[in-house]
Amino acid sequence: MASTNPTSRFAALGEWFDYRAGGLTTWWNRHAAQYYAPKNFNVWYYFGSLAMFVLVNQIVTGIWLTMNYKPSAAEAFASVEYIMRDVQWGWLIRYLHSTGASAFFVVIYLHMFRAMLYGSYQKPRELVWLLGMLIFLVSMAEAFFGYVLPWGQMSYWGAQVITSLFGAIPFVGEPLVEFIRGDYLISDATLNRFFALHVVALPLVLLLLVYLHLMALHEVGSNNPDGVDIKKQMGPGKVPLDGIPFHPYYTVKDTFGVGFFLIIFAFIIFFEPTFGGWFLEHDNFTEANPLVTPEHIKPVWYFTPYYAMLRAIPNKLFGVVIMGAAVLILFLVPWLDRAPVRALRHRPFVAKAMLALFAVSFILLGWLGAVPPTEGKTLLAQILTFYYFAFFIAMPFWSRIGPFKPVPDRVTYGH
Amino acid sequence: MNLRIVLVALLTFAAAPALAASGAALQPAHTNVGNQASLQRGAALFMNYCSSCHSMQYLRYSRLARDLGLTEEQVMQHLNMTGAKFGEPIRAAMSTTSGETFFGKAPPDLTLTARSRGVDWIYTYLKSFYADDSRSVGWNNTILPGASMPHVLWELQGVQRLADHGEGHAEGEAEDAHGPASPFELAAPGKLGAAEYDEVVRDITTFMQYAAEPAALEREKYGVWVVLFLAALTFLLWLLKHEYWRDVH
Amino acid sequence: MAEQVVNESTVDSGRRRFLTATTAVVGGVGAIFAAVPFVKSWQPSARAELAGAPVTVDISKLEAGQRLMLGSNVPQWRGQPIWIIRRTPETLAALPALDDRLRDPASDKHPDQQPAYAQNEHRSIKPEILVLVGICTHLGCSPLFEGKLEPKPYDADWKGGFFCPCHGSKFDMAGRVYQGVPAPYNLKVPPYKFVDDTTIVIGVNPDQAA
Repeated sequence: MASTNPTSRFAALGEWFDYRAGGLTTWWNRHAAQYYAPKNFNVWYYFGSLAMFVLVNQIVTGIWLTMNYKPSAAEAFASVEYIMRDVQWGWLIRYLHSTGASAFFVVIYLHMFRAMLYGSYQKPRELVWLLGMLIFLVSMAEAFFGYVLPWGQMSYWGAQVITSLFGAIPFVGEPLVEFIRGDYLISDATLNRFFALHVVALPLVLLLLVYLHLMALHEVGSNNPDGVDIKKQMGPGKVPLDGIPFHPYYTVKDTFGVGFFLIIFAFIIFFEPTFGGWFLEHDNFTEANPLVTPEHIKPVWYFTPYYAMLRAIPNKLFGVVIMGAAVLILFLVPWLDRAPVRALRHRPFVAKAMLALFAVSFILLGWLGAVPPTEGKTLLAQILTFYYFAFFIAMPFWSRIGPFKPVPDRVTYGH
Repeated sequence: MNLRIVLVALLTFAAAPALAASGAALQPAHTNVGNQASLQRGAALFMNYCSSCHSMQYLRYSRLARDLGLTEEQVMQHLNMTGAKFGEPIRAAMSTTSGETFFGKAPPDLTLTARSRGVDWIYTYLKSFYADDSRSVGWNNTILPGASMPHVLWELQGVQRLADHGEGHAEGEAEDAHGPASPFELAAPGKLGAAEYDEVVRDITTFMQYAAEPAALEREKYGVWVVLFLAALTFLLWLLKHEYWRDVH
Repeated sequence: MAEQVVNESTVDSGRRRFLTATTAVVGGVGAIFAAVPFVKSWQPSARAELAGAPVTVDISKLEAGQRLMLGSNVPQWRGQPIWIIRRTPETLAALPALDDRLRDPASDKHPDQQPAYAQNEHRSIKPEILVLVGICTHLGCSPLFEGKLEPKPYDADWKGGFFCPCHGSKFDMAGRVYQGVPAPYNLKVPPYKFVDDTTIVIGVNPDQAA
């Protein structure tokens, strides 16, 4: 007497598992069908699910690349060309991975910016933010190791520059650099271990962190563009009045978001895979040569803001410290922000101006890190680096400046 | 539409002033890898003039045949200069040690040059050789000063020399009514006129652009269908989203 | 008076089901198309195809009763050992009498083991030249070449052929498997053709270009 109603068929399957493994239906309810998210999510709220989609893309295409890539200094570069030419559809798998890497950082930066717009890092979501920052840090390491693997000129010399930064640390610097490289210079030993880290170690760490990030989020519930705590207004059945079940509303909305994203993603892959040299750099089409340094060594675009800061400081150790501090200071944001409201829309003009200037300076720093330095550009980079840190260090003060608009009890569609 | 404009604007900004490392401006190559006739001519020119010294170690003859619409026989008879097997990649006739001995530096492999230096660079480079008696190889190049390569195409182009534009003008900075004057003057004519020679160089450049990324021929073809499909699917997804979200107010 | 966020009364579940089903089908089609490149990337690459390309062999120096050697090894095609033997008239004459001791004397029980042009009494294009893949059809060892017609411990009336030391399978001088041995099939004949009387190309059939 089985019903043809799809809902009841899934329910029957759920019961079969629950009886044997326990908790499947409970899990589904807790995290999807009865996880209540605010109903006023706007465009900024697509980037979390998109980040997960891109991560899955990187893992799947990464596995497939590993089937043909050879992680030795002698064979790596040729094996990438082998994938591009001889392996059937290898070119597509490669472009999916290289475009995905850049897409990952576009999505992550926008995802983080959303948190800044709406105070999503504030209590009780500090842990969500901290885990997210760890994901950011690990992703940067993952991207760095991955970039070395094609063993082009930029792979090699980028590895040379970044690993030699550790030499700036007093006393342990030089031995530490040798330890990281596994050799007296960037070599086959370095490439092979970076391969192990990129393919196995860091993906496992990332998966764990993403899992924890989502668990921490689901524990306290999502924020929203109004910064309203929807759990304060409960309706019948202990359901927030402004909450809607994640499934089906956000599953369906996020799937649409993925579709839209895929159009842009596909356009780039099939029509402009190098993206003018920003996603696949020209210098990396020349095999690594330890005896010839390229004219302009620069990291991939998503690292350039930090690279600009490093270059702007004339002292090697201090430059490294500033670059590291620029990332680490983000961990402190939940405690630097002293505003009594979450969302930007309830904050005064000064807060909006500070954040807007922050975004502009970050982008400008990115451009400065990508172009050859001149005296004028270095000065500008120094000013912008100063502003970057002032934004955070002075945040306990400027975030307290009012007046603040009253936060409503119920969400609005102010977008 | 807006998206394409934004993308193109972004890329133009990114690609920005195309200058050779030597500072000389690059001429636009205007290549079209979709032009199979140009590719075939370029392949023949490359094999005749370049492949004795330069390998294309990542391009197989069999791939070339497939993509350029040639039969195995045509490729093996007219393009295979070294007696390699059909499935083998294009290797130079000259060994690398000989290259180092004769030229001081082994002629580099050219498979990926169109991606590392760009098509405009190759195009301008092949047009920028000039006779230079101060060098043992007898030639120099404004795009790659001090190049060890002789002007293999001199019989077609003729012999250029650096033009003397008079006092007070640096090389390449002289201007006349038509814009920046060429830094060269033709000391001895070649078999081809200037426009014909440009076509020859364009064909070689087009072939090299293809060699650097053979997949380019097919990826745009697939791309049209993929983007159209995704647009249709996304539209359906939007309808679905809209249908469910009518509940929410 | 709390209002429900989700208004269930106006849900048109028919339309909803239709849209969900349509989108799922279109999405599913897309997913299958997306999976194709990943699956196809497992097919032999162009490099594998080059390594698997036909092999040309010169048999001008091959004497009667001998198996062709290139240095200390037999020729190989696609990683498989290839045996090329110039059979003596004696050996050829002895073949028909063996028929009732063999599993598949006419090579018609298992047509996959040889191309159509080798499905004959001598399992070859030219009677005197035998071309075989040197892998025992039992579990893949490479049998020993025993071309001489002399008594053997495993066969007092040995008429020449191949003996596999791993589990004792025996094949005659046309590669046909004896009854009562573990191997189930005759030795495989690869595709091959004669370019001229002294040159064989392994890996293509006579009607194909090399």
